[in-house]
Amino acid sequence: MDASFREALALLPDYLGQHVLLSLAALALGIAISLPLGIAAARRPRLAAPLLGLAGLVQTIPGLALLALFYPVLLALSLLSQDLFGFGFRALGFLPALAALTLYSMLPVLRNTVTALAGIEPAIRRAAQGVGMTPRQSLLLVELPLAAPVIMAGIRTAAVWVVGTATLSTPIGQTSLGNYIFTGLQTENWVFVLFGCVAAALLALVLDQLLALAGAGLAARSRPRLIAAAIGLLLVIAASLSSLLPAPSNATQSRLLIGAKNFGEQYILADLLAARLGKAGYVTATRSDLGSSIAFRALAANEIDLYVEYSGTLWTSQMHRTDMPGRASMLAQIAQWLKQHYGIVMAGRLGFENAYVLAMRADRAQALHIESLSDLAVHAPSLRIGGDFEFFSRPEWRATAAAYGLAFAMQRQYQPEFLYRAAASGDVDVISAFSSDGRVAGYGLTLLADPKAVLPPYDAILLVAPRHAHDTRLLAALHPFENTIPLPLMQQANFLLSRPSARQTPAQAAQWLEQRLEQKLAH
Amino acid sequence: MIEILGVSKTYGARGAGGPAALTNLSLTVPDGEFLALIGPSGCGKTTTLGLINRLVDPDAGEVRLEGRDIAGQDAALLRRSIGYVFQEAGLFPHLTVAENIAMTPRLMGWPKAETQARVTELLALVRLDAFAQRMPAQLSGGQRQRVALARALAARPHILLLDEPFGALDPLTRDEVAQDVRDIHRRLKLTTVMVTHDMTEALLLADRIAVMRDGALVQAGTPRELVAHPADGFVSAMLETPRRRAVALANALHA
Ligand SMILES: Nc1ncnc2c1ncn2[C@@H]1O[C@H](COP(=O)(O)OP(=O)(O)OP(=O)(O)O)[C@@H](O)[C@H]1O
Ligand SMILES: [Mg+2]
Repeated sequence: MDASFREALALLPDYLGQHVLLSLAALALGIAISLPLGIAAARRPRLAAPLLGLAGLVQTIPGLALLALFYPVLLALSLLSQDLFGFGFRALGFLPALAALTLYSMLPVLRNTVTALAGIEPAIRRAAQGVGMTPRQSLLLVELPLAAPVIMAGIRTAAVWVVGTATLSTPIGQTSLGNYIFTGLQTENWVFVLFGCVAAALLALVLDQLLALAGAGLAARSRPRLIAAAIGLLLVIAASLSSLLPAPSNATQSRLLIGAKNFGEQYILADLLAARLGKAGYVTATRSDLGSSIAFRALAANEIDLYVEYSGTLWTSQMHRTDMPGRASMLAQIAQWLKQHYGIVMAGRLGFENAYVLAMRADRAQALHIESLSDLAVHAPSLRIGGDFEFFSRPEWRATAAAYGLAFAMQRQYQPEFLYRAAASGDVDVISAFSSDGRVAGYGLTLLADPKAVLPPYDAILLVAPRHAHDTRLLAALHPFENTIPLPLMQQANFLLSRPSARQTPAQAAQWLEQRLEQKLAH
Repeated sequence: MIEILGVSKTYGARGAGGPAALTNLSLTVPDGEFLALIGPSGCGKTTTLGLINRLVDPDAGEVRLEGRDIAGQDAALLRRSIGYVFQEAGLFPHLTVAENIAMTPRLMGWPKAETQARVTELLALVRLDAFAQRMPAQLSGGQRQRVALARALAARPHILLLDEPFGALDPLTRDEVAQDVRDIHRRLKLTTVMVTHDMTEALLLADRIAVMRDGALVQAGTPRELVAHPADGFVSAMLETPRRRAVALANALHA
């Protein structure tokens, strides 16, 4: 059996459990809201049209965007509640995912309820009145039973949608089967990607069939079938709950949550931090695949305890600075700013830089005599550039393009993994690369120099949540990281994740890195 | 006694200006009477029947049962005490024959055993003993009408309202069910109002006939009175068909 497959299997109880719990909670909440709404709307056509329109509109919002939107909304609510009532709640993970998925599940249930109730023959409704039913009895004894098959079909559609869309809740910090897919995409672990897809599809299928069984049992009023469906659902819930139970209840207070953004280097560093802190006696857990600014906000809100950030990212995206005061001054200003605005502690730099740089295939760069961005500017009008999802909207790209007069024939966006491939295969000529990414060397790319020093430095820095600002034990435990990881070592570790032969998992790469660091220390 | 006193009714929003379904209709049905309500399509027969169990509320005028205005009474409770057979039978398609018949007793909170016994009794009355567990879709039109009749009678009402209960039936079944109804009316001492299109049927079954046209009552009287003194050309025209048939039938049988 393949190592990736074994690793995926080991993660399944946690991922599947959280996925099931999230999906069922969202589905239950969605039904609890949309069924009464649908009943109300079926009786008031004036309410039905805007309600269905609104639910339809929600459906057109891409799932990922809807999920991401709920994070800042809940964060704001949490802060408000902190101010008003003195308690906040976790805005990362379960709640925003639940809210978004609930909204997502509503349309099919709402629409089918309205359609089914409106489609009941007036003669039958009149007969219900005629035998002496109150409107409520007519609804419960006649209309809903008659509408049940169509409503059930809506619930089944909703269930399949929710299970599928729940895979997108990974970037907002909710563990799900999507973790396989996001991590797999980042680390080129196709076994993981496939595993996640198949698991989600199977789960959707099982849920759909259980609901179908329940529906058929309802229609035929067959108690055995209803009981079978109920037992099936209970088994799914019990199985998912049991996998989540071992979470140590007494350790939650002292448990450290290590955040990781959505790329390989971050997974490795999170695993490395977890290993080191484990040795120092801490219980840790990781939240990986967080969106870039979500990780920062989560840290500021004490929802994760630490993660690795890059100075340039904070400088441009959080502090909105465009000036370049030089590395040392910049780091000092960042530390000051973090402390002043958020109480976040900058626990030191790791020693390497992961900067945005422009890269080209080495042979192509040589043919065109391009070594720096100044050289590139000459050829840019006939070249195509590719970037990751954030690059072209970042201020330093605008500054760089302006400083060198870069204007490309075409501009495309890629998932980071496909970005390097696109450059290697010649789909694009220039890409935005990361200087510490092992794939730069792996795919035979060369980095272009920045003689005007427009691109800011991206030193990897360790950030610690405000609530640990005076936690000397933790800060001491983190101290050994200070300036210990040189760039080539990080590049090598990163390349372990993507090298075509003998690809390793982030945990393995972290272990490898840890060994190297210890050897270095021993010398 | 059922008293309809000066009732007018226009469907739709008040003042929408639609044609009136009923204009100043007055009609009295003494206890124990079998009244046939007859008139052309759209003249307001179903509307009139609906007045009696508050499926229709009058715009003007009032309806009294046992001398009491029903406008102030709880509509659902009132309907449970009155049997009603719909023009389209109106059985609940998701319930068995037995469950359909048991519906009103169930709403009234009868004990299970009593309801059960009542259902068995009624199934025998309408001669459908073997059909208790069938679904409505598995019945013929005539059987469905008889189930509807049994359902209307389930809670032992004193008033039975029938809206063209034999419309969908072949002549033979129709006659059979009609005789059943007449029989049940007499045995249970009901006050019955039956809407029909068919004057022959009305003449044969009813104690009294009320002829309607355009939302108003044209004439009400016993079959004898109607035949002897039709109020106008409209009533005589309606009596023409049965009369011609009777003569033809007599000739055919005596020739
Ligand atoms: N719910 C309603 N809304 C609007 N108009 C109605 C409604 N019910 C009946 N009407 C109208 O009221 C008038 C009387 O209808 P009603 O159903 O009482 O006639 P009817 O004598 O029973 O006819 P038929 O023999 O065809 O059943 C008709 O013009 C009909 O179109
Ligand atoms: Mg009618």
